[in-house]
Amino acid sequence: MTNSASHDVPPGAHPSAGRARPWSPSALELDRRAYRRSRTVRSAAIASISTIVVVGVLGVVVTTSSGWPRVQETFFDWDKAVASFPAVLNGLWLNIRVLLVCSVLITALGLTIAVMRTLRGPVFFPLRLFGAAFTDLFRGLPLLLVLLLLGFGVPALALDGVPQEAVFWGCAALVLSYSAYVAEVFRAGIESVHPSQRAAARSLGLTHTQSLRFVIVPQAIRRVLPPLLNDFVSLQKDSGLIAVLGVVDAIRAAQIETARDFNFTPYVVAGVLFVCLTIPMARFTDWVARKQGFQGGGLV
Amino acid sequence: MSLLSITGLRKTFGPNVVLDAFDLDVAAGECVVLIGASGSGKSTLLRCVNLLETVDDGVITLAGQDITDPRVNPDQVRARMGMVFQAYNLFPHLSVLDNIMLAPVRVHGRPRAEAKAAALAILERVGLADKTRVRPDELSGGQQQRVAIARALVNSPELMLLDEVTSALDPELVGEVLDLLVSLKSDGMTMVLATHEMAFAKEVADRVCFLHGGQIHEEGPPATLLSAPTKERTRAFLSRFVGL
Repeated sequence: MTNSASHDVPPGAHPSAGRARPWSPSALELDRRAYRRSRTVRSAAIASISTIVVVGVLGVVVTTSSGWPRVQETFFDWDKAVASFPAVLNGLWLNIRVLLVCSVLITALGLTIAVMRTLRGPVFFPLRLFGAAFTDLFRGLPLLLVLLLLGFGVPALALDGVPQEAVFWGCAALVLSYSAYVAEVFRAGIESVHPSQRAAARSLGLTHTQSLRFVIVPQAIRRVLPPLLNDFVSLQKDSGLIAVLGVVDAIRAAQIETARDFNFTPYVVAGVLFVCLTIPMARFTDWVARKQGFQGGGLV
Repeated sequence: MSLLSITGLRKTFGPNVVLDAFDLDVAAGECVVLIGASGSGKSTLLRCVNLLETVDDGVITLAGQDITDPRVNPDQVRARMGMVFQAYNLFPHLSVLDNIMLAPVRVHGRPRAEAKAAALAILERVGLADKTRVRPDELSGGQQQRVAIARALVNSPELMLLDEVTSALDPELVGEVLDLLVSLKSDGMTMVLATHEMAFAKEVADRVCFLHGGQIHEEGPPATLLSAPTKERTRAFLSRFVGL
């Protein structure tokens, strides 16, 4: 009974010889599949209906409440939104440029600080100390404080050869603050690579720097990509903080539009644009995390 | 009636047909040892029985209940079996005692005091009564695997599934795990084991099954199958193990 069909398999045949046997699902298996399908349909139906009901009830409750017309007028004025959109979008373009430039600089500086902190040997003590001091200082300082200090303080000194533009100092503050965070993310990644990898690299004759560059850091980056991207999503929003220096970014543009008639719709427009900007990044982060977390196989 | 009955089981991974019209019956108290080349489906079979994989066709019954029926709650089925893995799969953040007490308390709803007494008794049995408070990474491989077996045993399973439980151990540590399994067998535990330890198969198995081509290619009592296999493929496989 147990090996009825295997007599057909020639002796010594490859294990994959079973592939050739024709197979069609049994009535029982078809029944099981139909049952699983019906469960899936049922779950989807329950989810859809409950979503529609909840959203519908919330919508009705909000729009029929007594204060709604005033809320709508102040925050969701369509004409005001259309009128302020070009100015806010123009401001957002500055946010995007700040974001792109800062991302590159933050990655470079963060990685440098992280590597500094992992260097061994007494020679590198000053570098290690600098790395530690840098992260301690800029993780501890509120970003707003750094922005005010650099953005208003430094240009006020009127030093020769030092840039005066608020955007420059705004970016500098963002880079300093975020590099401290990103350095710690990188360092966690570097330290999470198993010591056996370092041992294997050094056993091949690679120097400390070479093993970092070719073996440790590539593995570390792969591992910390999700938390790293999370920091960059956060940076997208915080790029709006440079508005406090008087730079006309999306938030400042919205503030100017709002100041005309105390209609807050431009803020909502800016908010929607920021959300639209961060959603692709957030989905990309999810995708990267899922791709890495996938261990394959099994139901549980 | 057999405790575990597998009929016409099929399991594929993409184009790779791992199990094909596979049949196996295991009687209560029987110890069946699965041997075969890597990729012959030993682990897949155990994972299907533990419902860690969805089968593509066929029926698996445990004590007469069709456990491949999608209406069956897989958690309840799994709670009736014990499974031990090649890499131990102990929870590194829990002490030995907590590893063993997790399922009795959380799955079976036993009072903590009672679960603790049962866990201590089982640790005594596997010879690790002095290791209750340590974390798994402080134990040797053999000790970790004995904890894993204790973790499965404490729930009084109807059936034990053991997937190459000695493959990650060095020869000196294999002995302590095998001794434990021999004593389990003498207590009447029903076991299905995948292994590359032919000597162990010889000692403990009631029946040895050689898996090939997605089916049981040849089976029989260990004395017959291991020393005088009748089929060419079985002979070829066994000829690689010296000292049989």
